[in-house]
Amino acid sequence: MKLRDVKEILDAEVIVGEEMLDMEVATAFGADLMSDVLAFAKPGSLLLTGLTNDQVVRTADIIEIAAIIIVRGKKPNVEAVKLAKELQIPILATKHILFDAAGLLYTKGMVGSLEKR
Amino acid sequence: MEATEDIPYQRSFYVEGGNFSYAGIVSTSIKSILKQMDFPNDIVRKTALVSYESEINIVSYARKGVIKLTVLSDIIQIEAVDEGPGIPNIELAMQEGYSTADNKIREMGFGAGMGLCNIKSYSDHFDLISEVGKGTSLKMVIKIH
Repeated sequence: MKLRDVKEILDAEVIVGEEMLDMEVATAFGADLMSDVLAFAKPGSLLLTGLTNDQVVRTADIIEIAAIIIVRGKKPNVEAVKLAKELQIPILATKHILFDAAGLLYTKGMVGSLEKR
Repeated sequence: MEATEDIPYQRSFYVEGGNFSYAGIVSTSIKSILKQMDFPNDIVRKTALVSYESEINIVSYARKGVIKLTVLSDIIQIEAVDEGPGIPNIELAMQEGYSTADNKIREMGFGAGMGLCNIKSYSDHFDLISEVGKGTSLKMVIKIH
């Protein structure tokens, strides 16, 4: 599905990357632990997280996460937004909790992402 | 910039301990250098990942450190050398889930006890030498072919 569809499904607000909503995303990973994201998430996946600082964006950049979805109604901090613009990584924010956001995307065909270690 | 023209390539980056606002900036640079050299995505990703985990470790635990990127014809090497407390029990530190991280580190999404395990599993060769009270030095090798 397109990131635009993800936005609709999660009733999300686009914080960074309005112009990148046509990108295709097929897999997703959800975690608040960045080391787990680094260990397990596949490149090109969505990252669903409740963490809002710039390390989320750094982590996403390092392993080429396609886009970041901030859950639980949180908003990314100023540094995170600045860095995401610089590194061209979209950030969306949804009111849904991680469990619901994942469930909603799963029922629409998105699957989990697990990198073989 | 073609990789073949620049071999061997070497560059060192300074990392300041305790300063989370710049944590990751070195690894972002290393990633973009390797991309410009046209390395395949999986090589860039592995190298950036081991560099990033090392960088986070230096920022989290050490006073200061240096990350050195070396590109040779068949390998990429990342060395992370810090001046810091050192690791008293390396076997324990290598266990998944073991961490001595404080709240500040955890707030940043780290300190889950995965860092060194990630580094080990994403490197083709990994060396760790540490002296308590002096510092820790990591060497990671990623094979190019």
